[in-house]
Amino acid sequence: MAGALLSIRDLHLTMKSFDGEAHVLNGIDLEVRRGEIWGLVGESGCGKSLTGLSISRLVPSPPARYARGEILFEGSDILTLPMRDVEALRGKRIGMIFQDPTTNLNPVYRVGEQLVDVALAAASHDPSVLDCAANAGRRERRRAARRLAAEMLGRVGIPDAKTRLDNYPHEFSGGMRQRVLIAMALIGRPDLLIADEPKTALDVSVQAQILKLLKGTVADHDIGVILITHNLGVVAQTCTHVAVMYAGNVVESGPVARVIEDPAHPYTRALMAAIPTKESRRGSLNGLGGRVPNLIAPPPGCRFSPRCPLAQPDCTRAVPPSVAVGRDHWTACLRAKEIEGVAHV
Amino acid sequence: MTQITDPIPADTARPRGDGLRRAMFRFRQSRLSMIGAGMVAVVLFFTLFGGLLAPFPEHVAGGVDTANRFDAPSLAHPFGTNELGQDVLSLVMAGTTVSVLAGFGVVLIGSAIGTLVGAIAGFVGGWTDEILMRLTDLTLTIPGLILAMAVAAALGPGFANMVIAISLSWWPGYARLVRGEVLAAREEVYVTAARAIGAGPGRILFRHILPNVLSPIIVKMSLDMGFAILTVAALGFIGIGVRTPTPEWGTLLSLSRSYMPDYWWTAMAPGMAMFLAVFGFNLLGDGLRDILDPKARR
Amino acid sequence: MSEPILRIENVSKIYGARRSLFGHTSEVQALKDVSIAVNKGESFGLVGESGSGKTTLTRSILHLETPTSGRILFEGRNLAEMSAVELRRLRARVQIVFQDPYASLNPRMSVQDIVTEPMLVHHRTLGLDRRQRRDRAAELLSLVGLGTQHLTRYPHEFSGGQRQRICIARALASGPDLLLLDEPTSALDVSVQAQVLNLLCDLQDRLGLTYFFISHDLAVVRYLCDRVALIYRGELVEEGDTDDIFDAPNSDYARMLIGAMPEVRVPSTAT
Repeated sequence: MAGALLSIRDLHLTMKSFDGEAHVLNGIDLEVRRGEIWGLVGESGCGKSLTGLSISRLVPSPPARYARGEILFEGSDILTLPMRDVEALRGKRIGMIFQDPTTNLNPVYRVGEQLVDVALAAASHDPSVLDCAANAGRRERRRAARRLAAEMLGRVGIPDAKTRLDNYPHEFSGGMRQRVLIAMALIGRPDLLIADEPKTALDVSVQAQILKLLKGTVADHDIGVILITHNLGVVAQTCTHVAVMYAGNVVESGPVARVIEDPAHPYTRALMAAIPTKESRRGSLNGLGGRVPNLIAPPPGCRFSPRCPLAQPDCTRAVPPSVAVGRDHWTACLRAKEIEGVAHV
Repeated sequence: MTQITDPIPADTARPRGDGLRRAMFRFRQSRLSMIGAGMVAVVLFFTLFGGLLAPFPEHVAGGVDTANRFDAPSLAHPFGTNELGQDVLSLVMAGTTVSVLAGFGVVLIGSAIGTLVGAIAGFVGGWTDEILMRLTDLTLTIPGLILAMAVAAALGPGFANMVIAISLSWWPGYARLVRGEVLAAREEVYVTAARAIGAGPGRILFRHILPNVLSPIIVKMSLDMGFAILTVAALGFIGIGVRTPTPEWGTLLSLSRSYMPDYWWTAMAPGMAMFLAVFGFNLLGDGLRDILDPKARR
Repeated sequence: MSEPILRIENVSKIYGARRSLFGHTSEVQALKDVSIAVNKGESFGLVGESGSGKTTLTRSILHLETPTSGRILFEGRNLAEMSAVELRRLRARVQIVFQDPYASLNPRMSVQDIVTEPMLVHHRTLGLDRRQRRDRAAELLSLVGLGTQHLTRYPHEFSGGQRQRICIARALASGPDLLLLDEPTSALDVSVQAQVLNLLCDLQDRLGLTYFFISHDLAVVRYLCDRVALIYRGELVEEGDTDDIFDAPNSDYARMLIGAMPEVRVPSTAT
């Protein structure tokens, strides 16, 4: 099997706070190959965003501390690389999209200038990004960067890209700003793209366009994508694989079709049962009681056990190991055998 | 089956008073804020008890000891004596009361007027806002000390008059700050929610808006304390402050001016006292800003 | 057919067109000839994306804003013609739950103060004394699934879902007939959203409330609402029974929205 683009192994992250040390990531395992779109889903506070930020070492430390584990990007461990090398990876090999278009573009600069800056920064690590001689003058490099910026804007579906470069962010609509952000992330020709969805949902039509664009990008450039979202619907329609996170653990992972058709973890089932569908009758929705536990003193054993309808005494004894329930389909649940085959909602 | 009352554990919400403990924790994290708080505590202590603890209370009351004029610092007089043979340490200790209380008075009155003006301007808006803010701008165009001097000259010297004089040049800063904060708070969703409930303007302003703009006002008050003390001293220095023999830092400094640099100790003690008080209040203000900053909360 | 509880007749709202020192701002038409009737006891869904005029319409119903033209009638009475006293009484009967439970509670007020505030404000209409207000606050909290021990707590001590329950309790405090729900679940996790939706269903059955539910989440609207109206750039695009619209949308806009719904379906082209 070809080497993974990104491979997170047994990642432990703790955060120090007033109340004590919170174990926010508790042994994350994740492997992303080129051409795959991974969805990271779960409730707020399950560590999805922190996992994404860890990949580009953007979690401030202290208070954060990586207790154990490694994040291998094409074989080299991001956690032990010198900061200069990580910075080189960030703009260039690993693209990040923080999908809050209102705050992630600097309002006082024209969109073009911001894109050119990113292009020049990427070129300083890898001159081949710009289509000009390596020893070209500043002027020429800027012109090449501008050409590239216009090309990228066009590629993410912004009409009349050349003139739009001279617009300010506020002259773009929400959806267009999203596209600018994606263009910005793609400009350094990343191999891995990490997209974090905003807390409050986007307009459905905008969201649909963006996801389509993301899918197209993966197909065109053969890159890997990690999509952080709380919407299982988005995952079902966009991703090839999904990792369900709960309280700092990946509780289930596998190909989207398998996980959604036959979820093997009670938490995944609960998340799916909470989504109103065409068939659900008024008042019949199954909410999930309780809330994500306090990570300073997490429940012993399986962290989901206090909210789990299938929990047995042995669930609280030790963290359940990941077991395969199908091809590439893993779940960290002792009751996985019992769930299997049980018709779900 | 409708399942509506999902179990919400009682312990999910934190006990009351925990917020305060958290704030204290954050405050203690910063050593400078703690030093500032300590310095302010010392200053406040002398404000209350400085006159009582002074080693030479008779000097504080105006007594002179011409035999010991301009004694250099010694064990009996750690900061020496002045031109009248009075113990400088006693005078500075007793002077804390007037200087700090005057500073307090100025900040309190100034912030009260400013908050009122700013809150009304920001909340009512329209012409009221225009008129009040132009008035504020007008006050700002006159240099504070000059205005205070003019008012003090008109009212005559004395403690209360001095405080009023400075306060009258002090409020515009608060008015501007509060107006801005009120304008922002007015657009908060919970204010809209209160309006949707049918709450009247008074209730909205005093119950929903003002409590939420209090933090920046408190921070500004603390940061202003130092400057207010300096202004009080400046008025004392140019002779419009309290009358001698009541000791006050500015007056003490002013009197010792003519004996510099030979009898440097007469100026050093009041100068150091002022420096420490101003520095302490500024550090405390910075610390308060850190814990009261709305962005750090939530 | 009886008089609808809420009738919106040809309402338009134009913003801007103000002359200022630096030239004049161009006008924006937020609502364009919108007419909607909401019947007593039903759940009416208003679907639109950002900038569609949903918020303007909500604010107009609450009389926080006056339409440029058209009328808004509550039980057949025009809001614009109501006296101050009548408007005050109206506020007790039309209440709102906002989208963001983190922003819509005053951080300096305890839960008890928050929930009793509407009773204080409408003291003349409701006539509850201090004790009764306290009891009613406790009753409301248990109605929304919280306990009396939460009365003395402050908003920051609660999770998003719990805060939204507090908001609902506050909205119910003055005994309203019509509840405007402005995206009440879009800031919540799905698991919590399901609980709040169930709570809303249950409350409607128990208290006979009328819901005016504003959302951009079609799945939630389909789940909760009897009838739906779609609004796009200030104009009403389509209106009808929920099932009809979802099964056979007439307008392109409705078709596009429904097509873009991110539903949990197994993708047919999955590998």
